[in-house]
Amino acid sequence: MNALKSLLHFVVLPVLLIALWWFTTRDGANFFVPQPGPLVDAFVEVWLGEGFRNDVVPSVARLFAALAISIALGISLGVLIGSVEWVRSLLSPMLEFVRAVPSTIIIPVLLLVIGINDTMKVTLIVLGCIWPVLLNTVKGVASIDGVQVDTGRVYGLSGLVRLRYLVLPAAAPQIFAGIRQSLAVGLVLMVTSEMFASTDGIGYATINFQNRIAIPEMWSGIVLLGLIGVAMSVLFQIVQSRVLGWYVGLKESAK
Amino acid sequence: MTENRVTENRVTEPQVSGRQDVRQDVRLSVDQVQKVYQRDGESFEAVRSLTLDLHQGEFACLVGPSGSGKTTLLKCIAGLMEPTSGSVVLDGQQVNGPAKGMAVVFQEYGRSLYPWMTVEGNIELPLKVAKLSRAERRARVDEALASVGLEQARKSYPWQLSGGMQQRVAIARAVAIHPSVLLMDEPFAAVDAQTRAELEDLVRKVWKEHDMTILFVTHDIDESVYLGERVLVLSSSPTVVQHDLVIDLPAERDQLVTRSMPRFTELRAQVYEQVQIAKTNKTGATTVSAL
Repeated sequence: MNALKSLLHFVVLPVLLIALWWFTTRDGANFFVPQPGPLVDAFVEVWLGEGFRNDVVPSVARLFAALAISIALGISLGVLIGSVEWVRSLLSPMLEFVRAVPSTIIIPVLLLVIGINDTMKVTLIVLGCIWPVLLNTVKGVASIDGVQVDTGRVYGLSGLVRLRYLVLPAAAPQIFAGIRQSLAVGLVLMVTSEMFASTDGIGYATINFQNRIAIPEMWSGIVLLGLIGVAMSVLFQIVQSRVLGWYVGLKESAK
Repeated sequence: MTENRVTENRVTEPQVSGRQDVRQDVRLSVDQVQKVYQRDGESFEAVRSLTLDLHQGEFACLVGPSGSGKTTLLKCIAGLMEPTSGSVVLDGQQVNGPAKGMAVVFQEYGRSLYPWMTVEGNIELPLKVAKLSRAERRARVDEALASVGLEQARKSYPWQLSGGMQQRVAIARAVAIHPSVLLMDEPFAAVDAQTRAELEDLVRKVWKEHDMTILFVTHDIDESVYLGERVLVLSSSPTVVQHDLVIDLPAERDQLVTRSMPRFTELRAQVYEQVQIAKTNKTGATTVSAL
């Protein structure tokens, strides 16, 4: 019943908006605003046919590879930096500075250093995505409860056991908040990396359609990106509710 | 009053060794432990010179006025804090950090249990660290859960349990490692009176069943007399053992019967008196700046 209700909430507004869109564009007056019907046709034709293998797969593969690298690297470095106080105070100001630099500005540099290829694109996404994960991990690791730490010491937790059963779970809520941010950043950078000097990808294809004034096709690229964003968010929620189920319960029991 | 051992700064060697000859089964030996904090360039002496021996099977309560450095002392004994001078010896081994064979039950049960693990997981973790086999871990967890009466809660998460039950889990976790000495730091200060009475009886039961050696820190005079076989009254900071009292109540304690015994009232009055002396006697409570 509850699931049905939340599904209804999820669907109602989009359905209304699509109806409104259909209604206002039914005479097809504006060339730049496609009608729902043709847009769906364009979507199916462009992205579910050859475009799926040529553009969608490379884009998504690069995005996921970059996210995996960012998360792995961000957590590892974050644990190291967060665990050692002097390293943390030494690096923190610099990390904040590096983070503040918009990663898109690195594109020209990466093009020069790495060239036009997948490595460059993945590197760009990693350079943007790693910061939220890294900085949140540092914060999470550095702020582990003192009693939890003392308990760990009393019962002899050390090394990998300590990491697995104390440090990572204790920092997990923060780490997940970081990963959430990096997902959004990652999608933006994925598209951006394909809009400059690229030969494939959703961003590349969409720009291409715009140049060719293929209006419904161009819009269909935007829809696809939205859908990918939603899919990533759903996937994230599923993983999060599995890993952080205890945290949700703890928060609710504290109310 | 004749059986009261007043041990003000037992520092003279012959006396100490004389006693050790009589009792060979010393589990924990705290010898002239001193702790001085450095804070903003000033030093503060929390514990001055604390000496006490805990024998196998003894249940000793440490009472003192609030701010008497009880927690500091306990952390020094547990190896969580390094004393400025003096030594702590557990089973003949110098304590230089958290020692194997020492278990601690903290006051903050909500933070001491790991909320990401089930009750079972929490109890099992120290056993994993000790590299016990799966079967042995299982047996220990079963035994510990049974002795605190929480068999049904093994798959629950700590935050699904009441405060009293959470503290039982913490006790079970400590019992499961079969510690030489169990340290308890005001474990029942945060639970309601009824739960507290239940937990007190539970600790007595566990102590007897497992033949444990317990050092129980509390600020509650009644609790110390009810629980302990021995009560050590601490002075105000900088702390020394001001009074050492044997609790000669029957081993079988009962919340109603024991607490209404004339002897209980007498003993409580004695401890109360000593705590009052500790509170008013501020001679030692000075900031030491020339160290």
